[in-house]
Amino acid sequence: MGGRDAKMVLLDENGVRCDGRKIDETRRIMIKAGGLKNADGSAYIEFGDNKILVGVFGPRDVHPKHMSNTDTGILRVRYHMEPFSVDERKRPAPSRREIEISKVIKEALEPAVMLEKFPRTAVDVFIEVLQADGGTRCAALTAASVALADAGIPMRDMVAAVASGKVADTIILDVNNEEDQAGQADMPVGYMPSLEKITLLQLDGVLTPEEYEKCVQVGVDGCKQVYELQKKALKDKYFGNGGD
Amino acid sequence: MTSVSVIDQLKKTQILELLEQGKRIDGRALDEPREIKIEINAIPKANGSARVRLGDSEVLCGVKIQPDRPFPDMGDKGIFMCTAELLPLSHSTVETGPPQAPVIELARVVDRGIRESHMVDVSQLVIEKDKFVVGVFADIVVIDYDGNLFDACSYSATAALLTSKTPKWTMVDDNVTLVDGEESPLPTTTIPVSVTMGKIGNHIIVDPNGDEWASMDARVTITSDSDGNIVALQKGGSDGFTLEEIHQCGDTAVRVGAKIREIIKEAQKGSQ
Repeated sequence: MGGRDAKMVLLDENGVRCDGRKIDETRRIMIKAGGLKNADGSAYIEFGDNKILVGVFGPRDVHPKHMSNTDTGILRVRYHMEPFSVDERKRPAPSRREIEISKVIKEALEPAVMLEKFPRTAVDVFIEVLQADGGTRCAALTAASVALADAGIPMRDMVAAVASGKVADTIILDVNNEEDQAGQADMPVGYMPSLEKITLLQLDGVLTPEEYEKCVQVGVDGCKQVYELQKKALKDKYFGNGGD
Repeated sequence: MTSVSVIDQLKKTQILELLEQGKRIDGRALDEPREIKIEINAIPKANGSARVRLGDSEVLCGVKIQPDRPFPDMGDKGIFMCTAELLPLSHSTVETGPPQAPVIELARVVDRGIRESHMVDVSQLVIEKDKFVVGVFADIVVIDYDGNLFDACSYSATAALLTSKTPKWTMVDDNVTLVDGEESPLPTTTIPVSVTMGKIGNHIIVDPNGDEWASMDARVTITSDSDGNIVALQKGGSDGFTLEEIHQCGDTAVRVGAKIREIIKEAQKGSQ
């Protein structure tokens, strides 16, 4: 089912990318806090053509009980894609990729959540990718932070995330699906802007040491932009501005 | 859990007392479904999709259409399949892992209602007889729970299928090949509509909400087609219905179903 245009220009001579963006520009981002009736906290994000819904429950009793920890609460994350979220129907059962991403997102959120305040309990984060278009893990992590805040769970900071990468020998911000498939490198970055800590970092692709440093910096700068939108989503819900 | 069941018991008493006076807990008439909101094409990447709210129950159906091998004894027919899943973010009691019996029943009842109505004309979905056919997969996920998922799922699948676009494939050198830019509406023959009724005491109510659902003694889901025929039925719950009640439920399902069919048609028109 390849079907991609082999001659697609990822970056033209004017520095314009295949979807019309500049090299340091993110796709359109819309974040909404809340929205689900039953979840303790929730968030919905549209990040380009990605559409992701996150629901948070807890702190609550741990089942099975042996997973509980008497010293601290635990965080559990499930990242899951709907069968219709991608071009070719995905089988509904969790894939190895989804299990890995669940773990990576969990470990990116743990530094932000004050789990030690809730021993013997669990906070469950359920991420549902309704439509995927490259960069779902970053969009999911961004929305999960907002959903945790919406649930009123004490946090040290929110984690904002966006990928940087390399396309046509140039470092770019927010890698889209085409750039991920045909580009040279993809580096998802999750960052807590107030604490200045990177909590998610992955890379596939080849970068020189200079490019590597620049790529991380571009990603962190992008996270700071995303962070403002996360705060705005929460303000919109809790301080008027057209929240529901 | 104990505290929850005490509240449920109190609520059930209240729901029953109101029904004795002919009233419902949310003020609806006994045969009145909740408001239905349908958003067509919520997932542009799918071949068809619909996000449906039935009161505060919310579900999303995405349809994927792709070439597949036919079933061995059905080489002259395409494949239609409908699945349903409760997402763990839809309610605090939903767990991840293999689906439990109630969810399996939900998926099968929704699938059966659409399948038995012959809504999707699978005879038109053959690429090469006995070798390649078109598969139509309607996957439904439950996003938020407030009772009666049977109908919410059924409406979302029906609305998504009605607005689905089928790509065209042909055989080139024994390979299934996509014909670029040629899309047509999915061939459909009728619009099945399910209506689920709950029985509480001796009262029968249409489209039970979450509190009513938790208080039901029995339920029945009846699907009718555009001609007003009944095409599928499923009884559930630990009480029974009298013959008279089943007759009454059949009438109600066809009558209420006709109104809901108009709402689905409106959504279909609005998307064109």
